[in-house]
Amino acid sequence: MEQLIQQVGSGLANGAIYASLALALVMIFVSTNHINFAQGEMAMFSAYLAWQFLQWGVNFWIALPLVMVLSFAIGVAIERTVLRPLHSAPVLSVVVVFIGLLTIFHALAGGIWTHTIKAFPSPFPQVAFPGSGYIGPHQLGMIAVTVVVLLALFAFFRFTPLGLAMRAAAENPASARLAGISVDWMLALGWGLAAAVGAVAGAMVAPAVYLEPNMMASILLYGFAGALVGGISSPGGAVAGGFIVGVLENLIAYLGNVVERATGVYIVGNGEKLTVALIIVIAVLTLKPSGLFGRVTVQRV
Amino acid sequence: MPLLEVEGLKAHYGETQALHGVSFALEAGGITTLLGANGAGKTTTLRAICGMVPTTGAVRLDGKPIAGRPTEEIVRLGVGHVPEGRGTFTTLTVEENLRVAAYTRRERAAAQRDLDMVFEYFPILKARLDQQAGTLSGGEQQMLAISRALMLGPRLMLLDEPSFGLAPLIVQEIFRIMRRINAEAKVSMLLVEQNAALALDLADHAYVLETGRIVMSGKAAEIKSDAGVRKSYLGY
Repeated sequence: MEQLIQQVGSGLANGAIYASLALALVMIFVSTNHINFAQGEMAMFSAYLAWQFLQWGVNFWIALPLVMVLSFAIGVAIERTVLRPLHSAPVLSVVVVFIGLLTIFHALAGGIWTHTIKAFPSPFPQVAFPGSGYIGPHQLGMIAVTVVVLLALFAFFRFTPLGLAMRAAAENPASARLAGISVDWMLALGWGLAAAVGAVAGAMVAPAVYLEPNMMASILLYGFAGALVGGISSPGGAVAGGFIVGVLENLIAYLGNVVERATGVYIVGNGEKLTVALIIVIAVLTLKPSGLFGRVTVQRV
Repeated sequence: MPLLEVEGLKAHYGETQALHGVSFALEAGGITTLLGANGAGKTTTLRAICGMVPTTGAVRLDGKPIAGRPTEEIVRLGVGHVPEGRGTFTTLTVEENLRVAAYTRRERAAAQRDLDMVFEYFPILKARLDQQAGTLSGGEQQMLAISRALMLGPRLMLLDEPSFGLAPLIVQEIFRIMRRINAEAKVSMLLVEQNAALALDLADHAYVLETGRIVMSGKAAEIKSDAGVRKSYLGY
């Protein structure tokens, strides 16, 4: 039983990271219909930036907002300079640009900080707390920080005029322009916000997976899985999907271990976690293509 | 000086030329209608004024050239465009639809006043504030589209077939309120309509478009009473 709770706890912790990345993907997808394959590498780059600040002796809780601002600026700059000229380009051109960005960030990180694996200290004190038998302090902190960031983001979209303008621009660009909204800037802002959320995910997951240019590769796949499970067109669904994938992959691996211990037959274990996640994606897409929470827009005809 | 002046406006959709040098002017305070058959270029003219299609030629608002500027800038100068198909933000609530339009307004107080004005003209929208706008009926969505344009605090409103697809009773109501908006809120209007009889009743000046050219203009009352014009251009 204790083990089961532990598995759920660490599943939620991983899920928080998947949820952040899923949200970053969805934020760009709803306004452009593109999946930013470079989202993971951008988050990895942000994690390196955070590490650099730590090396310079900056406190983590000052470094994190700094890195979020920097990542935001990088995201906006990429949209304005690289993607702006491609606004009416065919999808494949955009995909190639995303893959180019992925390689560029990968090579940049390796070039600047070398490919050697680095330890990233956890910003959370390693102390005992109620329930610490079930979940580590870093895992708990990871959940707390990402949940705060996600809630802040939802409040921004739900309650501020700028957030409303961004939602309007994503839903109906032509009408948004007729409301005086500068849709091009809203797209750039969306890229900035996605990059900032990715930065949080990168900085939070780095202590758990260690810092290296490949650290985000499989995590992005999980984020993608979360987004698809929740519904690629629904930001709230993407977040829920991230958590669902995080918990489910752990539970299924745990279940596999239990079965193996009882019967000696190995079906599924920790090694198949990513496979499990992808099977979940296929199952959801087959049974409910818009995702679990994908919005079915009510419209009178 | 006319509020809006259009001179030698040309527009293309790919190889097809939709406007062949359209010129007209619109005085402040009035309602002008642009009539013509399907494909005559009425919608394109409105879209060209707002910078929504690539064009050549001059468009002047209060004497200042606005052609070639981005749509959102032209809108902020006081041009409210009620687009073809109503342009509803279907997943946003009615209230959010209205607030979006007030996004670029500097003076919050004026925006609040305009919101009250919208509710006075279209009380049904007040009752539907929290409803997803996509669930509104066609007539309600048309009212919402006009209200969104009003929330910009416009001097000029461009209306693209506000009667389209609506029951005659609803159309009558909407046109009655358009007349009130014109008179009370001092919003000049450029109305595009296929229903010429309806438009000529409301407007004080009319232009007739045929295959991308203005072929006739005059006071609405005169065009209405000229049986020959009605037969050859307006089809009734």
